[in-house]
Amino acid sequence: MVTVSSWLRSPCPALVVDAVGAVHGMNDAARTLFPEQVLPPDLRHGESVHVADRSYAAHRVDNEDGSVTWWLLDETDLLLERDRAALLARMSSELMTSLNPERCMNVVAELAAEHLADEAVVIAPPSGNGHPVTRCLRGGTPTYELQRVDVEEVVGLSEALRGFPPVPSRWIDPAAAPGWLAQDVVSIVVTPLPGHGVPAGALILIRRDKQFTEAEEAFARLFASRAGVAISAASLFTQQASITERLTRDLLPPVLHRYEHVELAGRYRASGDTERVGGDFYDVHELPDDQLFVLFGDVCGKGLDAAVQTGRVRTAVHALLQVVTDHDQVLHALNQALLTTDESRFITTVVGTISPEAGGLRVRLTSGGHLPPLVVRTNGEVEAARNKGTLVGILPKILTETDEVVLAPGDSLLLYTDGITEAHGGPLGDEEFGEDRLHRALTACGGMPAEALVEHVHMLASQWVGGGEHDDMAVVAITAPRRRPS
Amino acid sequence: MKPVADVVDALWEAALLGDEYRATDVVLDAADERGHETVLLDVVGAVQKRVGQEWAANRISVAQEHAITAINDRAVTALSITRPRREPEHGRVTVACVDGEWHALPARLLAEVLALRGFAVDYLGAQVPTPHLITYLHRTGPDVVALSSSIATRLPVAHSTMTACQATGVPVMVGGAAFGQDGVYARRFGANAWAADARSAADMLLSQTLPAPSPPHQPVDDLPHLADQEYTLVTRTARDLVRSVYRGLEDRVPAMASYTDEQRHHTAEDLAHIVDHLATALYVDDDSLFVDFLSWTGAVLNARGVPAQVLDPALELLSDQLRDFPRAQRMLAQTRLGVQTMN
Repeated sequence: MVTVSSWLRSPCPALVVDAVGAVHGMNDAARTLFPEQVLPPDLRHGESVHVADRSYAAHRVDNEDGSVTWWLLDETDLLLERDRAALLARMSSELMTSLNPERCMNVVAELAAEHLADEAVVIAPPSGNGHPVTRCLRGGTPTYELQRVDVEEVVGLSEALRGFPPVPSRWIDPAAAPGWLAQDVVSIVVTPLPGHGVPAGALILIRRDKQFTEAEEAFARLFASRAGVAISAASLFTQQASITERLTRDLLPPVLHRYEHVELAGRYRASGDTERVGGDFYDVHELPDDQLFVLFGDVCGKGLDAAVQTGRVRTAVHALLQVVTDHDQVLHALNQALLTTDESRFITTVVGTISPEAGGLRVRLTSGGHLPPLVVRTNGEVEAARNKGTLVGILPKILTETDEVVLAPGDSLLLYTDGITEAHGGPLGDEEFGEDRLHRALTACGGMPAEALVEHVHMLASQWVGGGEHDDMAVVAITAPRRRPS
Repeated sequence: MKPVADVVDALWEAALLGDEYRATDVVLDAADERGHETVLLDVVGAVQKRVGQEWAANRISVAQEHAITAINDRAVTALSITRPRREPEHGRVTVACVDGEWHALPARLLAEVLALRGFAVDYLGAQVPTPHLITYLHRTGPDVVALSSSIATRLPVAHSTMTACQATGVPVMVGGAAFGQDGVYARRFGANAWAADARSAADMLLSQTLPAPSPPHQPVDDLPHLADQEYTLVTRTARDLVRSVYRGLEDRVPAMASYTDEQRHHTAEDLAHIVDHLATALYVDDDSLFVDFLSWTGAVLNARGVPAQVLDPALELLSDQLRDFPRAQRMLAQTRLGVQTMN
């Protein structure tokens, strides 16, 4: 039961107003809030009123005598926290979007300039010839550039950039700040961006007219810790992605181009969408006398392990070609090399030597257990090369068989892996694409340019698979160019 | 100066004959007179449009379509090599096709035009798995991604690719026939911009900065109707649907007993296309996408000497299979009306 005295001592401001709006009484808290006894013009139940920098929710209680008691519940801190939580949620979601360090720094500077300071500067640890620096003025667009700045000129900045030892935020004497950082400002605070293992840099907040409050600085630290995580995640990703790129560059099939006498085109798609490399491979090397050596094949299995093996095979063949270009000798040596390598897988392969001949091409082909290449004549006739041979890298001795194919201008030779013919699917979802279907499709491809031929074959197999899973796929076309009409 | 239409005819003929030398000469001569952009868009682009029309009218095969496109592509390469060099002075744009898209030329034309207009362009082409595209965006941080899609059935993938790109904070511009006449699906999917053609895409990027994408969201947030799961269930059972409709047709159409393997395969393929388009129409919730596809199929069949009415039993069988799917029922009923009255 509320007694009169407890009402008067309540920490919550309360006042009693009569029917015409005259104040009948106030408790101690209300008296402190309204020393002049001047009330805000209209109180409404459930709405906020602002008095002396604070915010109160007005609650109306009707009394029996027709007067009204207004209780004013202080909600300043609640609103502040709610704003901060919303801001942090928004900031986090914006910070999380990108794994690009530059974009991340821009987002951090823009958010900081919008919500924390008049100007924000994000400095990252040195990279190359300087420090990546992003600046943003409130309401402006962030600018990113590599700057050669002396971070030692700013107290605490070099420690913040090293990420070790851990340092707190620091106030900088604005008068001592170097010109590149800020001029004619009132307050500068440097906050490290904790990178959790990878230093992410430092956030510098600049105010032109007033000091930062303690609460603002605390909030800035909270923001900085999230920003640091985002920037360091982006840096880590970039580092890893660039390592992967460099390591897999040599495992990717080369981009084929045309030579004076030969059109070459290749298509490659690894089985997994997240992988770029797989177990199918091809390579082209120039030999003397305008000859080209083509290596094509498939390592047993797929994925990264198979891809690594394709790298070994390609390197080995490249080295062998410096001393011997005879197909049998190359394949026998490759067989020995694979047999004596630990954890190596066997391969199927076909190698070819292309020589220009009387306007067309002569191709010597030798198979190590690979699917026989197909000749597509200009008139749409399709014939398979007579090649057998055994797998390479499984038995101490291999058998090889060499065939020669002559391509007239417009004719093509198609090399493909079983990812094409064993593509499973079709409109009914239960058939293999198969060699017969490939043959039939190729009869419509007479005289096609090499790029069109490989694209067409790749498309047929991919569409056959539809949305299902597929093996690595590789196709190469060797085409004798049509003569330029004189 | 030759009229543009004559240059288009000349390139068309050279491409049809597979004569890349003549094709290259035609475009290079025209570029001297009219500038690269005009030749790329009004000559090469026009020829590519004709390829689609000729194929639909059964005057060229898919293989010929590829051969012509390859010659056209080499003509673009010749134009690209002779392109007046300029330092990129505008933003960086990544141009790619939605995965599964085989028509790379429209995207390539856009990439060339943007480079001509002074953008820094990364052209990734077709057959880029979405995870690679996203990694690329993180690595390079472009100002805009331009995605091209010409096949309607790629729309669901186009949508998820767009959403994935936007989640990296990069605004997405889309274009291509798949997005509908006035880009209606682009808007439905929440694209940051849609352009009718390469020229207007370049104009738009020069005149405005695209808005940053909204915070990351689920693709289903753009399309609340997906909650009924019709799309999911039809896609999941697509091949089973095709099989059972195919068997039903065998019972109903005695002539099928004497079909060659090739004819059987074409029938099954047509059924698969119908189911794929029905699924896509359910995805975007647009009856007209399915109706238009069927009337187009009917026209193609007519061009090949087959009456469009052969489609009706297939649609009826499909409708029997999808009794519990109200949206699919509605679409199939409309389409059957259209097919029955086609001549």
